[in-house]
Amino acid sequence: MRHILSVLVRNHAGVLSHVAGLFTRRSYNIESLVAGETEDPDISRITIVVAGDERVLEQVSKQLGKLVDVISVSDLKYDRAVTRELSIITVKSTAKTRYEIIEIAEVFGAKVVDMSEKTITIEITGEERVIKNVVNLLRPFGIEEMARTGLIALGLKSPS
Amino acid sequence: MKKSGAKIFVDTLIEHGVDTIFGFPGGAVLPIYDQLYQSPVRHILTRHEQGAIHAADGYARVTGKAGICIATSGPGATNLVTGLANAFMDSVPLIAFSGQVPTSMIGNDSFQEADIYGITIPVTKYNYLVKDVNNLRRVLDEAFHIARTGRPGPVLIDIPKDVQIKETEFWEGKEIDLPPNHRADDLDIQKQIKRAAEAIRNAKRPVLYVGGGAIISGASEPLKKLAEKASIPVTTTLMGKGSFPETHPLSLGMLGMHGTKYANYAVTEADLLIAIGARFDDRVTGDIKRFAPNAGIIHIDIDPAEISKIIKVDIPMVGDANDILSALCKMLESKRHPEWLDKIAEWKRDYPLSYDKSGNEIKPQYVVEKIYEVTKGDAIIATEVGQNQMWAAQYYLLDRPRSFVSSGGLGTMGFGFPASIGAKVGCPDRVVFDIAGDGSFQMTIQELATAVQDGINVKIAILNNGYLGMVRQWQEIFFGRRYSSTCLGKSPDFVAIAKGYGAEGIRVTKPEDVEPAIKQALQTDKPVVIDFCVSPEENVFPMVPPGEAIDKMLDQGSGK
Ligand SMILES: Cc1cc2nc3c(=O)[nH]c(=O)nc-3n(C[C@H](O)[C@H](O)[C@H](O)COP(=O)(O)OP(=O)(O)OC[C@H]3O[C@@H](n4cnc5c(N)ncnc54)[C@H](O)[C@@H]3O)c2cc1C
Ligand SMILES: Cc1ncc(C[n+]2csc(CCOP(=O)(O)OP(=O)(O)O)c2C)c(N)n1
Ligand SMILES: [Mg+2]
Repeated sequence: MRHILSVLVRNHAGVLSHVAGLFTRRSYNIESLVAGETEDPDISRITIVVAGDERVLEQVSKQLGKLVDVISVSDLKYDRAVTRELSIITVKSTAKTRYEIIEIAEVFGAKVVDMSEKTITIEITGEERVIKNVVNLLRPFGIEEMARTGLIALGLKSPS
Repeated sequence: MKKSGAKIFVDTLIEHGVDTIFGFPGGAVLPIYDQLYQSPVRHILTRHEQGAIHAADGYARVTGKAGICIATSGPGATNLVTGLANAFMDSVPLIAFSGQVPTSMIGNDSFQEADIYGITIPVTKYNYLVKDVNNLRRVLDEAFHIARTGRPGPVLIDIPKDVQIKETEFWEGKEIDLPPNHRADDLDIQKQIKRAAEAIRNAKRPVLYVGGGAIISGASEPLKKLAEKASIPVTTTLMGKGSFPETHPLSLGMLGMHGTKYANYAVTEADLLIAIGARFDDRVTGDIKRFAPNAGIIHIDIDPAEISKIIKVDIPMVGDANDILSALCKMLESKRHPEWLDKIAEWKRDYPLSYDKSGNEIKPQYVVEKIYEVTKGDAIIATEVGQNQMWAAQYYLLDRPRSFVSSGGLGTMGFGFPASIGAKVGCPDRVVFDIAGDGSFQMTIQELATAVQDGINVKIAILNNGYLGMVRQWQEIFFGRRYSSTCLGKSPDFVAIAKGYGAEGIRVTKPEDVEPAIKQALQTDKPVVIDFCVSPEENVFPMVPPGEAIDKMLDQGSGK
């Protein structure tokens, strides 16, 4: 099982080391960890995707909660959260494949941000599933480089 | 008025009631040491930074105050790491200071630079690198708060040399502004207390399993009340030793790997296990699936992460043991369990702690028994790690808390002796004995110089078996007596060493000389090392083989 933990922390130099260190020390598996400022510059949000059963999740949340810098830990349910990831993908292209690639990009609302004789670079934002999908479709053309931000998320406020 | 970082350091410590610091100087802490020179704070110069931090740890365990130690940058700081890990595992409030190269030189591989902040993240409750003197006061106040509140633990503060020198007007204490302690579980404590009371009312075979948290919390009184009122036998962990009087008829002594048979049987048969400030350590539980298999579990712990970490808890109570037990006591009426207590009395009669008393060698257990008798059970006992530690736990019965100073979680050889120095400094009016092994003692033996120089009158009883005994015992039982690198060979002359340092040394080779030697040590107004030459291949029993259920104990004669 994968879980999204949204962790608010005091924003200072050592905090990422403390949070990341906890995962290595306790041997929890992180799939992604993204940190960034919130509306309050003194507070950062760290979004962590972690694999494990309920018991592991409970331990991870409690151990995170114990860190001095941690203000809150919430377990976001996939179906009750907006989740996004941004990817930049450079794909090999020829005159022949160029339009096919652009078409795929367009279907998914991806933007072409760079083009050379032999490559196209596209930018795509979406749920993880969408990104995976695009990556799979582009793979046959040959992915030259790829960068992914990892997942960020916020809980939904609207009633379910 | 402005103050330098070093001055803020010393003044703030004094404001927090610090009377003693253990430490070892060097270039990166010179400004602080210069301030200490004129200050009323007592600085005890150890002979190794590890000695300083263990001494601060021992001081903290017996007094309940935060222990303070200081070291220079680089090697001084890295020498603190074992002591931090040790204090972290045993939840000891400690503040360790390290000097650091000047801020402008950090990251340049400067002389005696080590990233002690990075190194100590996993072994501290929290740590700081103070880059700006304006933050120093705040950091110091926070450190005292963090080390002592909630589940206590060590805090490291790394202070670059220029921060010690720089002056600022921001040196006054302010209200602490930290995120509040978290309670991951929003448990309705009143409701849980009611449920717990109900469970205790219905239990036929209840057992109290009490750990270090009961000592930290100062819960001995409500614990005794609860046990007596509801007639519940009490077993303690190594760390909980002394939280409940071990001479009390309801005491089962220690449980676990080297616990008493009756404690382990009682837990195995129990229908209700009430865990108080104990963390279901693997030395205690053995095979977790067969630990207290028939029992409902109540768990009181201040750390929500301990609840259901190892074993599923039925009634969790997150909070301070003292508070919760006091509230729980009020809800209970008197109750008797004659059948259960009879059963336990039978186990106690049939399976007492015992050792082979034949032969004319000195038995290590006998030495501990004699120390107990002569000191009337009223000493502070520090231990090293290994067989000596287990015999100390089994045979020195303690009736009061904060009197047993032992490295439980990390099992740090070399801890006991410097910790005993710290304990004696914290409780100068009590007799302090370090029950030592010949191996462990040699890891921090240089602290004899500290004890002598500062007139810290501790007694060291070496149970000298010529072996790394505990490891040898495992080799004997599980590795066909192949004693690979556990024989210490010809023993150094501990008496001569003691004397060489200016302490007293006594060698004892005959059982009849054990008691006189202990008495002589107590009458000597100096640190004394007693070298008890004990039977070399004595084993600690009972013993639960690793991975076994705790009621499957090996005893004398088995396994050989
Ligand atoms: C060679 C060797 C052999 C050993 N054999 C044994 C053995 O046979 N039996 C044994 O018991 N141990 C043994 N130990 C020790 C063992 O390794 C553990 O250190 C010990 O069992 C842990 O004790 P504890 O559960 O009391 O927890 P501690 O480490 O003392 O933890 C304290 C608990 O109390 C909680 N707490 C803190 N403050 C409060 C408060 N105010 N209120 C409520 N809760 C609080 C903490 O959150 C924590 O969960 C051995 C160690 C060595 C080195
Ligand atoms: C620093 C450290 N190194 C190694 C060990 C592993 N160890 C545990 S007990 C023990 C033997 C201790 O020997 P000694 O102090 O003579 O005590 P004895 O068991 O003989 O009483 C060893 C080596 C340890 N606990 N700590
Ligand atoms: Mg030995």
